[in-house]
Amino acid sequence: MSMIVLQDIIYILLLIGLSIPLGIYIYKVMSGEKVFLTRIFAPVENGIYKIMGVKSNEEMGAKKYALSALAFSGVGLFFVWLLQLLQGILPFNPARIQSASWHLAFNTAASFVSNTNWQAYSGENGLSCLTQFLGLTVQNFVSAATGIAVLFALIRGFVFRKKTTIGNFWTDLTKITLYVLIPISFVLALVLVSQGVVQTFSPYKEVTMLESGAAQTIPLGPAASQIAIKQLGTNGGGFFGANSAFPLENATPLSNLLECLSLLLIPCALCVSFGKAVKDSKQGKSIYITMMILFVVALGITTISEQYTGPAFDGVVASGSMEGKEVIHGVGASSLWATATTAASNGSVNSMHDSFTPLGGMIPMFLMQLGEIVFGGVGSGLYGMLAFVLLTVFIAGLMVGRTPEYLGKKVEPYDMKMVCLIILTPLMFTLLGTAAAVSMPDITSWLTNSGAHGFSEILYAFSSMGNNNGSAFAGFTANTVFTNVVGGIIMLLVRFIPMVAAISLAGNMAKKKSVAVSEGTLSTTNTMFVGLLIGVILIVGALSFLPALALGPIADYFTMR
Amino acid sequence: MEKKSINKGILIDSLKQSFAKLAPAIQVKNPVMLVVYIGAILTTALYILSFTGIKDASSGYILAIALILWFTVLFANFAEAIAEGRGRAQANTLRKTRKDVKAKKLISKDNIDDYTEVLSAQLKKGDIVIVRAGEQIPMDGEVIEGAASVDESAITGESAPVIRESGGDRSAVTGGTTVVSDWLVIEVTAEAGESFLDKMISMVEGASRKKTPNEIALQILLITLTIIFLIVTATLLPFSSFASRQAGTGSAISITNVIALLVCLAPTTIGALLSSIGIAGMSRLNQANVLAMSGRAIEAAGDVDVLLLDKTGTITLGNRQASEFLPVRGITEQELADAAQLSSLADETAEGRSIVILAKEKFGIRGREFSKMNANFIAFTAKTRMSGVDYQGIQIRKGAADAVKAFILDNGGEYPEECEQIVRKVAGEGGTPLVVEKNNQVLGVVYLKDIVKNGVKERFEDLRKMGIKTIMITGDNPMTAAAIAAEAGVDDFLAEATPEAKLDLIRDYQSKGHLVAMTGDGTNDAPALAQADVAVAMNTGTQAAKEAGNMVDLDSSPTKLIDIVRIGKQLLMTRGALTTFSVANDVAKYFAIIPVLFFSIYPQLTALNFMGLTSSTTAILSAIIYNALIIVALIPLALKGVKYRELPAGKLLKRNLLIYGLGGIIAPFIAIKGIDMLLTACGIR
Repeated sequence: MSMIVLQDIIYILLLIGLSIPLGIYIYKVMSGEKVFLTRIFAPVENGIYKIMGVKSNEEMGAKKYALSALAFSGVGLFFVWLLQLLQGILPFNPARIQSASWHLAFNTAASFVSNTNWQAYSGENGLSCLTQFLGLTVQNFVSAATGIAVLFALIRGFVFRKKTTIGNFWTDLTKITLYVLIPISFVLALVLVSQGVVQTFSPYKEVTMLESGAAQTIPLGPAASQIAIKQLGTNGGGFFGANSAFPLENATPLSNLLECLSLLLIPCALCVSFGKAVKDSKQGKSIYITMMILFVVALGITTISEQYTGPAFDGVVASGSMEGKEVIHGVGASSLWATATTAASNGSVNSMHDSFTPLGGMIPMFLMQLGEIVFGGVGSGLYGMLAFVLLTVFIAGLMVGRTPEYLGKKVEPYDMKMVCLIILTPLMFTLLGTAAAVSMPDITSWLTNSGAHGFSEILYAFSSMGNNNGSAFAGFTANTVFTNVVGGIIMLLVRFIPMVAAISLAGNMAKKKSVAVSEGTLSTTNTMFVGLLIGVILIVGALSFLPALALGPIADYFTMR
Repeated sequence: MEKKSINKGILIDSLKQSFAKLAPAIQVKNPVMLVVYIGAILTTALYILSFTGIKDASSGYILAIALILWFTVLFANFAEAIAEGRGRAQANTLRKTRKDVKAKKLISKDNIDDYTEVLSAQLKKGDIVIVRAGEQIPMDGEVIEGAASVDESAITGESAPVIRESGGDRSAVTGGTTVVSDWLVIEVTAEAGESFLDKMISMVEGASRKKTPNEIALQILLITLTIIFLIVTATLLPFSSFASRQAGTGSAISITNVIALLVCLAPTTIGALLSSIGIAGMSRLNQANVLAMSGRAIEAAGDVDVLLLDKTGTITLGNRQASEFLPVRGITEQELADAAQLSSLADETAEGRSIVILAKEKFGIRGREFSKMNANFIAFTAKTRMSGVDYQGIQIRKGAADAVKAFILDNGGEYPEECEQIVRKVAGEGGTPLVVEKNNQVLGVVYLKDIVKNGVKERFEDLRKMGIKTIMITGDNPMTAAAIAAEAGVDDFLAEATPEAKLDLIRDYQSKGHLVAMTGDGTNDAPALAQADVAVAMNTGTQAAKEAGNMVDLDSSPTKLIDIVRIGKQLLMTRGALTTFSVANDVAKYFAIIPVLFFSIYPQLTALNFMGLTSSTTAILSAIIYNALIIVALIPLALKGVKYRELPAGKLLKRNLLIYGLGGIIAPFIAIKGIDMLLTACGIR
């Protein structure tokens, strides 16, 4: 256990250490300051604007910004869907993979455009190379960039005074992709290749097993490049079906550490960027600390549960529940990954969460149900968290005898509407989706387990889709018309309703004047506020999901004892 | 306005109102309570259905739930009715004053005897009426001729009559008040239905009460919470049915229980009390004799962080008093005192009188019978800024230093440098120097001192702790102002204040993001009042000032601003505290209900029932009984407001979180356990 603790501490220190400079870098890029890459990328950037016909200095109002983001994602959705339907007759298909069914194609397209990366398909036998790199990899970049762009629009809303604009979607999108996502992914991909992660266009290899002499097909492809952005952009859709539990996707302990760091790196860095952008680093810090505390507590519970509450066989308790985990990673790295991937809305896995102990599996599920705000999706996690901050400010602000304000901006009815939409949408669709699924007549045939654990499998699946996470509990047959269509719609709604709400919030905030800070102003940077914010997040999460969790993992836990 | 506390009449009236408010049209206005209302109707229907054999729980249990829900709705109605009760009583008193009187309408203001009698309700804007002693003023208006003392107790509760006269800042009269002496010619400025009295009646009654922005925002949050719980409880039907099929035991949760669960989780406590809190806040303001023209103004008062306070009356006692005689070289103090007293004998101002008294105290110089002295007294005017006396060839003048200086120099006299020094010294100490001269020769200076009120310094200190800046507004010169500002402990001051300077100051602070409150009475204050975020017009002030402000202070007290801020903050704090309490309650209710709710499906879950509740029946009954009773228990708090102290935001938050947050989590645990034990003792299982 002490080695696990040490490993976790090193991980967290590395994460914090890397996120600070990256956060400052992202802030500089987004505020138009010169960075070391400007010289190389500025001509490319301008070229892109020219091709797209974007006036880079044009400022957009909230409506135009939202419509641009929606239109961009809409086109992406249609393109990825079409690509899958036609992949059988298109080039770059070495494994001769057939076209996907309309509903599976829709689910996959919705999943990647919404930055969910729920995988109802299996990469190696469901998608051609062309679909992977032209469809999914591209969406891995731009869906992540869209989230970050919206975050910066919201930040501008707080910073601007009496303005009707919140920036330009196209330049935000281009800058993030070009200066942030591509360079980091490039570096990460190279390191991953050095560790043995594959990157090739050659067809699948037939090999003969040493032991049995039987033939086995080893799937190959341009994996490393997609895995880098899969981790960094809180995407999570693996190149291969088994995701990062598969050696060709995650080869060594070092690759595991790097991939695990990449899970949370950008969401952490964005907290730093936020503080910089609002000209008060403490604001970013208090949010960062809030997220970190929730993460560490979650990590602790998961790890302890996995290490100590595994099932006893013949009266002997094994040291750690190893079912569903890779020996190379063990309990520690598996628990860490499981917590990180669900804290962030990533969803990639290096172990099978379905096999976790009841409480060990409940924590990742609960992290998703909180609305993917403990780091959460790149950009989307922080704007979701800001909605919770505004909610906290609203209640606490009243208690100090003032109408609530945050960063000098008053929180008024319109803002509360948007905040409530951001918070309500995911938890509503998670519960409704689960309710719809358990009401399906042939639901039991989609499950590998029955009883409380069976319920957990369904709840986990819809928590994952309903919060744009995309991780799978396994044990739940995902590729059915019902799950594909309902799940696809849910993923799109929970991604774009809060997104449009965040942009509208930005637009409304930008129009306001800024209120001066005084002794009577509620501090949003002290310990008490962090505590209060954690309280609000947990209470909203617990009030929404405790009954469902009681029928799932909690009942599972008590029946197993 | 009569200050009435809650009496028996209001109580009985409110009980009646609680039932009257069961009308669907009224229930629709409060979405959270509407859910309870619908729940009550549904469970009642379920109870009736249970006799036909369609039932998901025992009839008695359904009836119990239905009854408790109806009581919850009634309690919420009662909370609102009782908050409105005080206002209704006030409005009734006011209505009695608004009876129709015969008005004497003039054809022209030049002939006050040529009038026709019309009913006051028929008066139009611009009509001219005459009101004589003993008659009631028929409608709001502006005095255009005459001066009279008017009894305004019907509106202000103040029994001493006030002077109303044409021209100047005391020309506005209110319909329903009575002329006590003399007569007034009044031009009507408001028509029936929109007079000040009408506005006042509708304000205190709450008839024109619109939801304030903050109330709407909070309501949005409460609706969202209700939607969340609606989904949480509704999805429990398929969830529990699936679980019971999987487990092979137990049964899906009953619809009765789903409704009960929804009601006790929805934020009914704050939902029921929200409008009472708003009405009570308005009512507290009315009790302070301030009329807000909108609820929005009270909320803004909570946000105000800059107070513009008039020096006179707020910071200092209204009048300056002579405290020292400072003669120039060659003149004795007594000579100066003698001349100063002589020139002040006819001076009826407080300052003049204080000079006479000081001279008498110090040197025993008696006031002389000036009527026998054949003296010619020269009164103070704003233009000359001097007063004095011409008496047996002696000419004495006293007044502002520069005015006296100019006067002496004009008459070929000399103005000594020494006098200038004394003047500067006095002004530097915050006093007002009054230079006295006799036959073109300066005798010295009378030191008039501004007396800072007791306790204001501490008051401002408290305000500063809350982040509220105080700014003193005065017509004094900067030096005098600075000295008084320092003594009173205000944060800043505006000296030689003109209406324009005030307006600029307000704009300046607003552009820096501050919210500014001020008091004003004169017509020239109107632009500044219109600009300020919270603008309190004095009732004695002009119509223009009253229209520009968003509150009217019936007492016309300059310190009222501080009370208004307190009331505004207290209102917001009460709202926040009860919301926190309501949400915190849910945590305990969950712990009470969830473990026993699925008992039939997963008996192992009872491990979580550490409250040791008897059964799901008693747990749910206890929770919704608590839920209903807590509304009643909190009515006094909603009406009175939470305890208010001037503390920094951090400390306030800590205090309120501890009481209403932590208290809100703990209280229901104890209460629900208690009720559960009681129910169990009564044999309910």
